[in-house]
Amino acid sequence: MAATHVNPTRMELTRLKKKLVTALRGHKLLKDKRDELMRQFLILVRENKSLREKVEAGIRSADQNFVLARAAMPDEEVNVALMAPKQEVYLEMDERNVMSVEVPVFHYKTRTPDADDIYSYGFAFTSGDLDAAVKSLADLLPDMLKLAEVEKSCQLMSMEIEKTRRRVNALEHVMIPELQENIRYITMKLDENERSTQIRLMKVKDMMLEEAHHYKKKQNEAFAG
Amino acid sequence: MYKIAVLGDRDSIYGFAALGLDIYPVAKGAEAASELHHLAENGYAVIYVTESVADSIAQDIAQYADRPFPAVIPIPGVSGNTGSGMANVKKFVEQAVGSDIIFNGES
Repeated sequence: MAATHVNPTRMELTRLKKKLVTALRGHKLLKDKRDELMRQFLILVRENKSLREKVEAGIRSADQNFVLARAAMPDEEVNVALMAPKQEVYLEMDERNVMSVEVPVFHYKTRTPDADDIYSYGFAFTSGDLDAAVKSLADLLPDMLKLAEVEKSCQLMSMEIEKTRRRVNALEHVMIPELQENIRYITMKLDENERSTQIRLMKVKDMMLEEAHHYKKKQNEAFAG
Repeated sequence: MYKIAVLGDRDSIYGFAALGLDIYPVAKGAEAASELHHLAENGYAVIYVTESVADSIAQDIAQYADRPFPAVIPIPGVSGNTGSGMANVKKFVEQAVGSDIIFNGES
């Protein structure tokens, strides 16, 4: 028996059948969407993992270089050297559509045309370790931006996959079985009504014939005679 | 035209200034949170946050999770690393797949 009350009418039956067709179609589409999203997500998340490992290792070694640089120079001099940056990085952002998920794509631009133009100090009063430290970070920048792009994409896609999966499951395990159950209920109810009408008609016909021809009476007489 | 910011304790992030990223030295907690919101409103598409700071303002960062930008990306700092950056990636996998199939229980 259906959980909700449905009117066993032909109109309701047509409506439910239409709804079932839509639900089945939606279910198939969403399932395809989920599968494709999942495939792309897995590719992306593997990239995310390896990029993150690379960036984290890179930042650690750059930090070590900075510690070395600070060991070789007084703090004030390090601060002065890095106080006025020469380089600036700007981002251009495009959006890429992956299965209706808008994920960002970053393109970065540096203010000076030479991307290696990163030393904001003269080399005379600073230690070589500082150069190495700054250089190691600069080499890491493209990977860091790629990481930002990939990680954001992963984040957005994982949310979308979760949402889609919920929808697919709701359709598959709740909506579609319920519709089918209701359709079955209405069909059976209608069939039942039809049978009962038919039986009633047959009965009425019997009674009318009896009235007109008195079959029973004649039969009894035939037996008696 | 968007900009890139780095948020964290000063020692961990001052090197990024040389590359032309904007650095914002902050302590943990409320100060970091308000700085994050301020940056997010002001044309920063990527905000790198050191892990220790990121952990202290996880709720504020979560607000930006479903927007295409800013991308708030945890990075390791000089000290106080918690591995939350990797844990995040792991979380994405768990959210999407239902169980962790990339890391297989490591880290």
